[in-house]
Amino acid sequence: MYSTTYHRVSSVDEAVKLLGDCDEAALLSGGQTLLPTMKARLAAPSDLIDLGRIDALKGISVDGRSVKIGAGTTHAEIHASKEIAAVCPGLHEMTGVLGDPAVRHMGTLGGSLANNDPAADYPAAILALDATIHTSKREIEAGQFLVGLFETALEDDEIITAVSFEAPERSGYEKFRNPASRYAMCGVFVAKSAETVRVGVTGAGGDGAFRWEAAEEALAQRFEASALEGLSLDPSEMLGDLHGSPEYRANLVRVMAKRALAKA
Amino acid sequence: MGIEGIGARVARKEDKRFITGKGRYVDDMVVPGMKFAAFVRSPHAHAKINGIDTSAAEGMPGVIGILNGKQISEDGIGDLICGWMIHSKDGSPMNMGRWRPLAEDRVRYVGDAVAVVVADSKARARDAADAVVVDYEELPAVTGAVDALKDGAPQIHPEAENNLIFDWELGNGEETDEALKNAAHITEMKIVNNRLIPNAMETRAALGVYNAAEDHYTCWTTSQNPHVARLVMSAFYNVAPENKLRIIAPDVGGGFGSKIYIYPEEIVCLWASKRTGVPVKWVADRTEAFLADAHGRDHVTTVKLATDADHKVTGLKVDTVANLGAYMSLFSSATPTYLYASLLSGQYAFPAVHANVRTAYTNTAPVDAYRGAGRPEATYVVERIMETAARELGLSPAEFRRKNFVREFPHQTPVIMNYDTGDFDASLDAALKEADYEGFPARKAEAEKRGMKRGIGMSCYIEACGIAPSKAVGSLGAGVGLWESAEVRVNAVGTIEVLTGSHSHGQGHETTFAQLVSGRIGVPIDSISIVHGDTDKVQMGMGTYGSRSGAVGMSAIAKALDKVEAKAKKIAAHQLEADENDIVIEDGTLKVAGTDRSLAWNEVTLAAYTGHNLPDGMEPGLKEGAFYDPQNFTFPAGCYICEVEVDPETGRTEIIQFVAADDFGTIINPTIVEGQVHGGIAQGIGQAMLEGCLYDAESGQLVTASYQDYCMPRADDLPSFKVSTTETPCTSNPLGIKGCGEAGAIGSPPAFMNALTDAVGHNDLTMPATPQSVWAAINGTTPDAFA
Ligand SMILES: Cc1cc2nc3c(=O)[nH]c(=O)nc-3n(C[C@H](O)[C@H](O)[C@H](O)COP(=O)(O)OP(=O)(O)OC[C@H]3O[C@@H](n4cnc5c(N)ncnc54)[C@H](O)[C@@H]3O)c2cc1C
Repeated sequence: MYSTTYHRVSSVDEAVKLLGDCDEAALLSGGQTLLPTMKARLAAPSDLIDLGRIDALKGISVDGRSVKIGAGTTHAEIHASKEIAAVCPGLHEMTGVLGDPAVRHMGTLGGSLANNDPAADYPAAILALDATIHTSKREIEAGQFLVGLFETALEDDEIITAVSFEAPERSGYEKFRNPASRYAMCGVFVAKSAETVRVGVTGAGGDGAFRWEAAEEALAQRFEASALEGLSLDPSEMLGDLHGSPEYRANLVRVMAKRALAKA
Repeated sequence: MGIEGIGARVARKEDKRFITGKGRYVDDMVVPGMKFAAFVRSPHAHAKINGIDTSAAEGMPGVIGILNGKQISEDGIGDLICGWMIHSKDGSPMNMGRWRPLAEDRVRYVGDAVAVVVADSKARARDAADAVVVDYEELPAVTGAVDALKDGAPQIHPEAENNLIFDWELGNGEETDEALKNAAHITEMKIVNNRLIPNAMETRAALGVYNAAEDHYTCWTTSQNPHVARLVMSAFYNVAPENKLRIIAPDVGGGFGSKIYIYPEEIVCLWASKRTGVPVKWVADRTEAFLADAHGRDHVTTVKLATDADHKVTGLKVDTVANLGAYMSLFSSATPTYLYASLLSGQYAFPAVHANVRTAYTNTAPVDAYRGAGRPEATYVVERIMETAARELGLSPAEFRRKNFVREFPHQTPVIMNYDTGDFDASLDAALKEADYEGFPARKAEAEKRGMKRGIGMSCYIEACGIAPSKAVGSLGAGVGLWESAEVRVNAVGTIEVLTGSHSHGQGHETTFAQLVSGRIGVPIDSISIVHGDTDKVQMGMGTYGSRSGAVGMSAIAKALDKVEAKAKKIAAHQLEADENDIVIEDGTLKVAGTDRSLAWNEVTLAAYTGHNLPDGMEPGLKEGAFYDPQNFTFPAGCYICEVEVDPETGRTEIIQFVAADDFGTIINPTIVEGQVHGGIAQGIGQAMLEGCLYDAESGQLVTASYQDYCMPRADDLPSFKVSTTETPCTSNPLGIKGCGEAGAIGSPPAFMNALTDAVGHNDLTMPATPQSVWAAINGTTPDAFA
């Protein structure tokens, strides 16, 4: 690890100000992505701004079907929330299969979204839930927020503060883990509202998470696994690596979608 | 035997220390004035070094010295050696290239050490190492052994033309060819044994301390054999003569073979300590462990099995190419030869076996023995082809094996080994019963209804442990003898210290060795201490590998105990006015057999040290040593059965059950044996299903250089193992011990792959059988990255 200056802040405004003042500062949330990267000397921020003590970034509120989750809430806290489990079982499920217990108790919603790892779980969820990303500057629709691999719409001095969405009638998540990293080799989040069905896919797309629109249309007609029979994805648009070729991932998307549906 | 003697389920004495975080590892050692080393390593697989510019690094904060390969040569530090001479079949000695502790003019793999920075903190050493500028001229690289042997492949060492190290053979070639010619059926396979990275939990480390006033060196290092390290460092590397070099291997967090060898880093730390005048510590980070620990396996083999009309095997012909990496590590030449081909007869009475092995240099990390060392590779060849032949012949795999079992002992195989004893039917029967083999078709049918593919497979392995009779290995090219030494020091109060050359790094010697003594004398294991791992305390030893600590190390202790008991009996006989032949030692007392006259053990030991009333002419004291040289290898054997279920939609394989029926001869501590088997099977399943070391064929970069890509087995990948043992005591050592440290890793890969190929319905699968490759095998579509 290179040397760095650590700052502890107690408000979002303070963090924003420091971001502007410092040379090459990085925000630190759960540290589950940033710290390993720094230890491997792949990141060398001049300053670390720890968001961990900002109360305003923490907590879950559920009002009827309206859900708002602070960016500093950990995966484990989301998973443990009875209200989330009641209104959005898919998100409850997802936060239970993300990483391992240590990661879930340290890593946060905001940190994960800001990182936009193409194999992270949340991107599938925010697309399917049609979520809104609240930042220190504005509100961003999920589809606009996720730009590409490890790329978001966030500006340099912008901090995610919360995520909100209307809980769907039914939701389900299924993930096929990369055997080594246990990140998503493919994760599919299915959400059904009164009029629409949305299917968010992570881990598989060549440009990061995406909505599988053909499946959404088919499921809007008939919300059952058989509606997916005959659908397929174009491998040329899929991610390929050591653990999963594009063809394999294209297959996994369909299989995981079927299984997410069975849980929804 | 006593409640804490051989066979007792005693809890491990050392675990309190380990579980409470009180183990003392090299990185825990702190000496006054200690500084830290960081290595500058090659980012290229193959390159010429045109120059090293340290000007920027030298001025950086905390830097004490930056040393390179020229300087280590100037100081006369020798080349790293391979300790086993193999001759090619044309009689020529192996073509060994030079391995310098710090590369001078050429780097040969990604991670090759070029220079070392010593600084006042680990971070500052690393910062400065990153600022060292090496002028590399890249050369074409080759990573696969088969490719390396092709004409026109990049030439890695001038000494090894076409990268061929040796072309060696073993067995009866003519008879094997004859058997193939006359066979009723021939089964043929191409078999790849995937390359593995050992991944001991503690990474390698060294702390070198040079004391100028005494011209003496001390090295704390992560070694499985500190005495061998001292011998090699002094006899070959010219670090210092043995009396001026102390090697200490304190608690060591796993080795699996990878800590047998003497690597550049510990030599450099010792040398750098003298050059810079400060103690120098280096602890590998995990990336360095991936790049620069000796890797394991990496064979490509074609094999043919001949059977007659009666389904008896008449011959086995094996042709293997083994990858030894960029340099020949300490035992790298023995692993794919005498530790491999000598096991190709398996549990079977094959009349003819022939193996040809070619080894190649490649631009990859050195490859050497890794848990099992050659025997997993041999077992994989034999057990995959036996299963495949049975399937081709339409026979029950169990009955086909049974038909060919060795049943008369001793049995001389065509490939050196002479099996002293065994009962292969017993372990096969036990495993079949435990696995409910007969019930499998019903389970398969039930799985099919759920859309799942079930498969079952077995492996009847035999391996060779207790390495090895010194004279025999000497005649085969070993540079050392493979005996073990022990000293039993009895204190005046009757407590006992056992000094052994067998290092313990996870095996539980502090418990099992104490059990041997406890059972013999009848004193509790708490009053027995096992001392190992320090060349200043223990005179000599050959170390721990090849499951030799029980069979060889404990036999040495037993021999020393014989002498201690004989002297104690003489003292007791003298004081009890009896004949020494009538004295028996039981439950901590020395009794005159058939009488009520006795002395307590500690009365006798005290008498030995007071010297007030000893037989005329007897020296005071009670301390004896022994060297034990084994008569033969030992032959653990057993049967493993694996049952899997494959999800055809995803290719995910679940292990439904894993049965291990092992014959380890005498068992010292069943709990420790079960632990060894569990760990071994986990490693074997890791190899078969999860772990694959992959280098990029073009650039020579290690693709699987972290846990993000190199998949270690986790608890939830594995079922609860069903382990049991049958027992035919080994006849060649006094304790009947065969050894259990590697069996799990040897027997399990073929059992798993036989089960998986049964489920999938064809043989077109290689290890590691990852979900994507299993899915591809079922659907016949995508190429497999690991193939
Ligand atoms: C072993 C392991 C396994 C994992 N497995 C999974 C998995 O299966 N699925 C999965 O989805 N993830 C997985 N993760 C990642 C995990 O979810 C991380 O917690 C997450 O990616 C980052 O969250 P964090 O709170 O730790 O963020 P940090 O590491 O602290 O920060 C990550 C990045 O986000 C930025 N950042 C943090 N907070 C904010 C904010 N409020 N506004 C703007 N930028 C911010 C930081 O500057 C940094 O660039 C795994 C991690 C590990 C170590």
